[in-house]
Amino acid sequence: MALGYLALLLGAPVAMIFYRTFEHGLAAVWEALSTPNALHALWLSVELVAIVVPLNTAFGIAVAILLERHRFRGRAVLSLIVDLPFAISPVVVGLSLVLVYGQLGWFGNWLDAHGLQVIFSVPGMVMACAFVSLPFVARETIPVLREVGTDAEQAAATLGANGWQTFWRVTLPAIRWGVVYGVVLTTARVLGEFGAVSIVSGRLEGETQTLPLYVQDRFENFDTTGAYTASVELALLALATLVAMNLLTRRTRSRTPV
Amino acid sequence: MGIYLSVLVLLPIAALLAQAATGGAAAFWREVSNPEAVAAIKLSLGASAVVVSVNAVFGTLIAWVMVRDEFPGKRVVNAMIDLPFALPTVVAGVVLLALYGKGGPAGVDITFTRTAVVLALLFVTLPFVARSVQPVLLELDGSMEEAAASLGAGRLTVFRRIVLPALAPAIISGVALSFARAVGEFGSIVLISGNLPFKTEVGSVYIFNQVENDNLPGAAAVSVVLLVAALLVLAALTALSRRGARSAR
Repeated sequence: MALGYLALLLGAPVAMIFYRTFEHGLAAVWEALSTPNALHALWLSVELVAIVVPLNTAFGIAVAILLERHRFRGRAVLSLIVDLPFAISPVVVGLSLVLVYGQLGWFGNWLDAHGLQVIFSVPGMVMACAFVSLPFVARETIPVLREVGTDAEQAAATLGANGWQTFWRVTLPAIRWGVVYGVVLTTARVLGEFGAVSIVSGRLEGETQTLPLYVQDRFENFDTTGAYTASVELALLALATLVAMNLLTRRTRSRTPV
Repeated sequence: MGIYLSVLVLLPIAALLAQAATGGAAAFWREVSNPEAVAAIKLSLGASAVVVSVNAVFGTLIAWVMVRDEFPGKRVVNAMIDLPFALPTVVAGVVLLALYGKGGPAGVDITFTRTAVVLALLFVTLPFVARSVQPVLLELDGSMEEAAASLGAGRLTVFRRIVLPALAPAIISGVALSFARAVGEFGSIVLISGNLPFKTEVGSVYIFNQVENDNLPGAAAVSVVLLVAALLVLAALTALSRRGARSAR
């Protein structure tokens, strides 16, 4: 019964989309893939990943170390704030950003006076993606940090290593699979983010249209081939993510304790 | 790091709360009690409640099958459970429409119905309960179940008295995460529900429409309601699951 449920809800629909995409042959698929707007959307999505993932990885590692290795007042609050994006609707994220950085927002006049545009352009989209994917790296790194303990770090310190040396030579190698797992999840989320980006980007065709927004646009214009093709493009990226996740979980489980 | 967090998360949330508070309680109430807003909030909460109930049962069942049963292709199926987390939400909507939409091979048409809303939410929240129950079930010692069975307990009794209490905290925490996700879900719903006011328009879509129509106070007020609902349910269920975990030990 559980398997039937999975098949109806998950397996059959996903198989269907692949079938519908390729039923008209590869040439049609290629044509739909290579329209200027489709290419631009793909490129913009990749660009967002390239900006957001490094930012959130650095932030995630720093927060994880702060939360796990240090005791300070407000630690519980910080932990709560880091998790907050998981409880907030993407649409609300977009709205909140507009309220601060949009034309009528808190900093709207100031940004305008300095010739900066955040909302309806790439910086706002970067912020939207960074907001929704903020917790992933920290959440995956914290348990690994806890598990590896502080013995090796203390040994490094007694041997005269400074903070940075200890981090690069001891801590980071020990937690790397946790970090990479978080990076995979962040990448998937940024590639697929829709609600927040939809509000913040203004959905300008060929300008601020990411791949998921392109799917919606094609779908609403009754261009099912375009919508299906872009969907399959994203689904294949999702499957690659899935494979990476599985390889990494196996890697973390088989890791011998230090 | 503090600046990053402030610029990205804290300031925007503060601006949202400030926007909802401008005009005082009366203005807030006027926005929230708008009949279309009320209908949208009700649908979000109602559909989420249905979805988490289904998830509690089927998520547990899926975890059970993955841990206790053996069948060919199990590893692939196990990996597939995470697909809704990896698949972009819009694609989830398109995928469901391709099969269950108009002219689809399933011979049904769910477009623009509440069934579509529930189905989309079931799809995107599928992994939460299964993934939170699975590790607990894996750790569960079979000897208690065997002892109960040898003392004459039927299979149902064993499940109800031995297995379920041990799994309850994990089920509850999976339900809490599903609920928070379902209440705010947007991408998978927006294409397939048709967003008909009073019928299939959920809270997040209502917020989106208000933003598009430059009604920021209305959008902010409903956002705060949904946010508070999600946080309250999350907090209550987390507390419940902690207490369950303590008493089970």
